[in-house]
Amino acid sequence: MAASPVLELRGITKQFPGVLANDHIDLDLKRGEVHALLGENGAGKSTLMNILYGLYRPDEGEISVNGKPVTFSSAKDAIAQGIGMVHQHFMLIPVMTVAENIVLGAEPTGAGIMLDYGAARERVREIARTFGFQVDPDARVENITVGQQQRVEILKALYRRADILILDEPTAVLTPQEATELFGILRSLKAEGMSVIFISHKLNEVLDIADRISVLRRGKKIDTVPRAGVTEEGLARMMVGRDVLLRVEKPPASVGDPLLEIHDLHVLDDRDIAKVRGVSLQVRAGEILGIAGVDGNGQTELVEAVTGLRTSSSGTIAVAGKTMPRHAHSRAMLDAGTGHIPEDRQRRGLVLEFSLAENIALHDYCYPPDSEHGWLFPRRLIQHARRLIKDFDVRGGGPTTRAGALSGGNQQKVVVAREVDRNPKVLVAAQPTRGLDVGAIEYVHRRLVTERDEGRAILLVSLELEEILSLSDRILVMFEGQIVGEYPPTATEEELGLAMIGAGKEHAA
Amino acid sequence: MSETPAEQPGAAPPPPDSEPPETFAARLSARYRIGGIVAPLITTVVAFLAGGIVVGATGHNPLSTYRAIFNGTGLNWLFPWVSGADRVDAAINLQQTLIQTTPLILTGLAVAFAFRCGMFNIGGQGQYLVGAYVAIFVGSSWAHLAGPAHVFLAVALAALAGAVWGGIAGFLKATTGAHEVISTIMLNWVAIWVGDYFFGLSGPFQGPDQFNPISNTVADSAKLPVFWGDPELQGLHVGIFIALGALVVFWVILNRTTIGYEVRAVGFNPSAAEYGGISVKKNYFRAMAISGMFAGCAGAMDILGWEFNLSTPAIHASSIGFIGVAVALLGRNTAIGTFLGALLFGALYVGTSTRQLDATVFDPQLASNLTLIIQGLVVLFVGADLLIIGIWQWRKRVRLRTRQPAG
Repeated sequence: MAASPVLELRGITKQFPGVLANDHIDLDLKRGEVHALLGENGAGKSTLMNILYGLYRPDEGEISVNGKPVTFSSAKDAIAQGIGMVHQHFMLIPVMTVAENIVLGAEPTGAGIMLDYGAARERVREIARTFGFQVDPDARVENITVGQQQRVEILKALYRRADILILDEPTAVLTPQEATELFGILRSLKAEGMSVIFISHKLNEVLDIADRISVLRRGKKIDTVPRAGVTEEGLARMMVGRDVLLRVEKPPASVGDPLLEIHDLHVLDDRDIAKVRGVSLQVRAGEILGIAGVDGNGQTELVEAVTGLRTSSSGTIAVAGKTMPRHAHSRAMLDAGTGHIPEDRQRRGLVLEFSLAENIALHDYCYPPDSEHGWLFPRRLIQHARRLIKDFDVRGGGPTTRAGALSGGNQQKVVVAREVDRNPKVLVAAQPTRGLDVGAIEYVHRRLVTERDEGRAILLVSLELEEILSLSDRILVMFEGQIVGEYPPTATEEELGLAMIGAGKEHAA
Repeated sequence: MSETPAEQPGAAPPPPDSEPPETFAARLSARYRIGGIVAPLITTVVAFLAGGIVVGATGHNPLSTYRAIFNGTGLNWLFPWVSGADRVDAAINLQQTLIQTTPLILTGLAVAFAFRCGMFNIGGQGQYLVGAYVAIFVGSSWAHLAGPAHVFLAVALAALAGAVWGGIAGFLKATTGAHEVISTIMLNWVAIWVGDYFFGLSGPFQGPDQFNPISNTVADSAKLPVFWGDPELQGLHVGIFIALGALVVFWVILNRTTIGYEVRAVGFNPSAAEYGGISVKKNYFRAMAISGMFAGCAGAMDILGWEFNLSTPAIHASSIGFIGVAVALLGRNTAIGTFLGALLFGALYVGTSTRQLDATVFDPQLASNLTLIIQGLVVLFVGADLLIIGIWQWRKRVRLRTRQPAG
């Protein structure tokens, strides 16, 4: 591995109104290394990379590529210096072929202005071969998987002769298998002398792929450390600034009666496509039942049916032994004793324009003490909110602060506080830690275990296998609307991963 | 997506995960919050400046014209130094202004209330008209009732009629998803032509005058008492207190009842409201009915307060319900804003009318056009002010992305 840095950032500072996003950050990238940039949401990772890619101008500091100082005024300048970026959200045109997407903006032309498609395809094949990619240049982008689309994005950068590749949270959209494939690709890029900056907030994958790791916290670089000799715990401490419990500590479950019983449930989505196809399950008091699965396999519709937000087409749902009518509205389910941490707190879980106090009253505004005979008592709402804000350590505002003004982690605390405080028998938690950082995830996880130990039945739906494995007492895998297997929490990610794509051995459910 | 810097103690909270709010009402409210109270004030001032240019273009002095308009509204009555004959004139003018303000408050509330539930009620005109029809029917036919009971019944049933008319649009939205803008516009036309049939020549409710398409006249027992000025000369009736009371009712319903809580939750985010256990459909219906109630009440105020009967040309010419849209928009859909907006439009209407405007300052023939011009400008700038705030926000976002270093 050559030691001379291909890229150096010196004293990069970027001030946004009210926030110092980057505070004198130094960073260097060596040839042929994967350099991970680790930090919580809001630590300044994306800001730094957008500066490097020419999208923002730094207020202070300098960038040099191969020892030469450069200034970028647009992404074009960065590309010219051999920097390529793969964004979290792909920028591909679905109806065009892979080859067309890759050459877009830098097309090889034949006679005059016509696209020489044959040359484009040949060039794409050549690059793919060099780096060991499996792609079909003639496939339409809309017909290939997310993992393949990501490869197209990487190829796009390589086609533009990038030798420095920035990947922004690349695994966020991938299944475990796809992530493993991506890491294989990154290793072969490395072997070809490419340098990669890998942005992530997931500790395990950073340890898996990186040669060196730089940790950012609140706009400052804390340290750059070599992969050898660091542990997940050590990195988490650097990210958060305090000790973080990564493994959820959980006493064995003491299980009681079934509180949520679902029998042969069928649910259609908005387009009348069957998304849940005959699901039966039981969640007992004092246990966490985890549902694993790739996004879009019916989990969302299952949760909506259980919480009364969607009418099932057949089957039964019973809460605490009481069978609910098929058309039960969310109000009936709430009153029967279900609580719900929704997967999208901004769309479902909160009215962002409402104050925290009004949001905390979202279910119980129509009952005393919040209201009596239709009269609302704002002061009681505020008192209630003040208590929960204190108990659940919500930061960034008081009872009258608008919910939309809080950070994601604190918004989620408000949702969790409201649901738990209602003392539900059944708690449905759908992706309860989506988009949260390490500290907040730790909090939500601990809280779910506490609620389990209080004797609630918890149905946990998550796309994060690690979360399912560390929290659940039993695990069901959902694939194409059906439960395809039951696993103990000792199952491996590989076992679950295979079942999630329909390739698992059939287990007795 | 750029990372949003969050959890900086003491810093102005940046918009976390800045997804655009879901409904029109939520987006509008976000813009209102940025514009604050300053934006509508600037809007009004700019509209008057533009109006001044129009006045100047007709060869008149804008300053003296505006001064004459102001005196025409009677608002100079509030100045203690106005005395003698001027004061008597001012009182009469102010009574007229407040008579116009009364229904505008109510139709403004009709728009504002639906707005707070995420709906755009363009049907204030139709709801106003059905309220007026019922007020005429009850006011002219049940003359055996004692005065207070007669007035009360006429107002209550007119409000109910408006509620039914608004409720139809809400019901259609809740059950079939029919957009309220379309259905309320169509209901306006139904109301207009029903009135045209009722009171037209040989219509079922045409009054005693066989040769004119005019309704019966309400009985004295159903008339709203005049408390300021001469009842024979169209003094100010007590309807203004009903309108002011409606402002309080509007505020109390929205902020101190569970109905209002539901309305606001649905208005900002129907998905979250449903998740909270609120029936979105029920609220669409109920909010439209309450909106219609305000507008129907406005119809009763005009009929029982000073018009006493209705002719078919008057039905076609009326635009009180439409001005209510401008009142609510200018007033930011709040109670106090609606009051100020209604006062502004009421004053404009009276101040520029040929009767009140000093003919030596501005030709009476041009005066009524001037009303429409200034009204139009205010409405235009209300829309533009939202646009300007929108552009301003957008530019700020762009600048955040590509901000150049100083120098």
